[in-house]
Parts: sequence; C-alpha cells; structure tokens
Amino acid sequence: MIIATRSKTAPQETEGLLGDYWYKNIFDFYTFEGSLALRDKLKDWKGGKLVVHITEMPIKCPVAPLEFAFLADSYFTKKGMRDKVDITYVTPLSGAFTKEKCSTALAYLLKEKNINIVPDFAVEHVEGENGKMFDYGGEVVDFDILVTVPTNMGDEAMARSGFGNELNFVPTDKHTLQSKVKENIFVIGDATDVPASKAGSVAHFQAEILTENILLYLEGKPLKPDFDGHANCFIETGFGKALLIDFNYEHEPVKGKFPFAVVGPLNLLTESKFNHWGKLAFRWIYWNMLLPARKLPFITPKMSLAGKQFK
Amino acid sequence: MEKMYAGKTVSVDHEGYLTNVSDWTPEIAAEIGKEEGIEITPRHYEVLAYLQEQFKKDVALSIRSVGKSGVVDIKELYELFPKGPLKISSRMAGIPKPKSCI
Repeated sequence: MIIATRSKTAPQETEGLLGDYWYKNIFDFYTFEGSLALRDKLKDWKGGKLVVHITEMPIKCPVAPLEFAFLADSYFTKKGMRDKVDITYVTPLSGAFTKEKCSTALAYLLKEKNINIVPDFAVEHVEGENGKMFDYGGEVVDFDILVTVPTNMGDEAMARSGFGNELNFVPTDKHTLQSKVKENIFVIGDATDVPASKAGSVAHFQAEILTENILLYLEGKPLKPDFDGHANCFIETGFGKALLIDFNYEHEPVKGKFPFAVVGPLNLLTESKFNHWGKLAFRWIYWNMLLPARKLPFITPKMSLAGKQFK
Repeated sequence: MEKMYAGKTVSVDHEGYLTNVSDWTPEIAAEIGKEEGIEITPRHYEVLAYLQEQFKKDVALSIRSVGKSGVVDIKELYELFPKGPLKISSRMAGIPKPKSCI
C-alpha cells in the first residue's frame, strides 16, 4: 500500500480561531474560502496592523507565509498605502527561516521591507473580538487582520487506523520511504513524518525513489536509502523578484548557481528578477512536464552539490 | 568546542548543546539551567528524563508531542522552561537542538 493522504489545515486546534471572527478579521490562505475572504477583506482595507502568523511546524509550503508577507509589502506599496500598514511576522521558530544560514543571509530582506518579526511565539489562544493573540509565555500580539497558518495535520484516517503520530503523520523511514508501521506500506509527500519540507518538489523527488524501492521490495531485495530530503523552491519576494533555494537533510540552502555551476542561470539564495521569471516559467513546466511525468533535465532526485558555495 | 560544567570538561556545539548525550549528568543540567536563568527542580528532571528517552528512541520532538506525553502539558512546559521551552529543555537534557525544516 502507498499512503499519500496529504496534510491539511486544522484551525480547530487553536482556541479562538474558528468562531465569529473567522473570515472577519482572522484568515487563512490555505483554503479556497479563506483566500477569497482575505482577498475581499484586503481590497478596501484602510490599513492597520497586519499580522502574518505560523501556529506550529510542520506546515506545507513552509515559505508561503513569508512570501505572503513580502507580497503584502509589495501590494500595499503599489496601492500607495504602505505607510498605513504595519506588517508583523509571528513565528514559533527562532527566526523567519527555519534554516540558520537562510535566516542570516536573508535577515536583511525583512528589514528592508520593514516587516517586524516576533520569534519564539507559541500561540495559546486568539481573541478575535479584541484583536489579540496570546502566547503560552504570556506575550501578546495585537492585530487588525490576522493571517494565520493553522496547525497542519495528516488525514483523520491515519488517526483512526492507529498509523499516525500526534499530528496524524505516518512514521516513515526518512531515506527509504518505507513506513515504520508495516513493511509493505510506503508513504509519500505530506503524509509522512520525515523531516523534509512538505512541498511539491519533495514529493516529486520522493516519487522516483519510492518507485524504485517498491520494485526492490517486491523482488525481496534490500531497499535503497536514497532519499536525501531534497527540496527546491522559489520564494517570491515581491516587486517582481524571487529567491531560489535548493537543500536537503544535510545541507542548508546556500548561495550559488542552479542548476549548473558557474553559469546558472538561476541564482541560489539571492534575490533576482531572473528567479521570478524562473518561477513563471515553472508554471508551464509544471503542467506540461511534471504532471505528464516527463523527466526534468538536469534536476535530479538527489541534491547536486555542484555550483553551491559551502564554507 | 569544550566547556567546563560541574567540574567536568565536555564537548559542546557553537550554541552550547552537548555533543555527546553520554556526557550528561544531573549536575551539568543544573549548571546549564543556571545559564538559562532556571533553578532546577525534580519536576524539571522528570521532563529532561522524558526528552532523553525519546531522543534515544530517535523520536523527533515537538512542543505538541511533549505536551501530549502525559509527562507535562504545554502550559507547564512553558512555566518550567520559559521562552523557547523545547530548545532550553533539550539543551539541559544534553540532547541536540530540536530541528525543524523549512
């Protein structure tokens, strides 16, 4: 059996999210309803405190909340009202990025965009009526609009079957993708508990290794511990620019060129317009190459070390 | 990097986490606690023992999983180890800094 039951948002896990103020001044953008409601709210918003918030890790597309903050900065600047909007990024982590090198290399971005950061914040409950969010330690963050990323959880069925952990993610060998539940069960994508990003690129890279390992399993041969946690993603930073990161379990995102050493053409961990065009081109690649399962040239399931500047 | 705790020289990483959990002693936990501004109590030791046990079983820790362990709830975890409870408690338990992924 292959489990691919994804992960979804669970706003009911945090006291005060669902209720009278859900989609009034508290929003998520991970659901169709949530993003529509937020779009309508922002359309004629006169400004105030905009708080972008992550409840707890892991979340799918971990860079999405950061992109939201960057794009909000860009959006309000273009509307000529950036001075009326105070943007704060609230995270349970100790920095905006979960990877240290990223945090150091990109700290300037938040400063440059005038986005405040409140780190190490573990939300205990939210009061929509007063626009306040409380941390277990007693810290309070005020908001006029709260854009939260609720707790992410695996499918209910994983809890009912006893397969899931406390977040309903299935315990999985991080290199072979065989479940720890039973040897003839394999897991792919967001459904696993492996310490890789819950991102499309990860599921894509996992797929090739999973196929190989299932075939090996059927032949009774030892599995290959080949999945290295490879993830690759663009981070939109607003104003037509983007960043690109490429990393795995062992190596944090670093600067360099991608996919080819020296020539790139994409720049790793550096903001550029070209990266943004890369992201736009990816739309076509996604529908026309990834979905029909055509092999992407030069981009391998295992992360390549070429072109990366390790110190 | 090396550091002296409770009369014993131990190896630590650049953030002050022990690199060998086998170096850990209750006295070292008490001294690390002091650095973090925590006066250690038997309750702290119970949490540390749980974290070490999970670490040895190779279970990734999260505030939520510790909160559901039955050993301590999240509220108390914050009272025992204010501000970043998992990071501070892991350091006091002599296990690596909890990892999270981008």
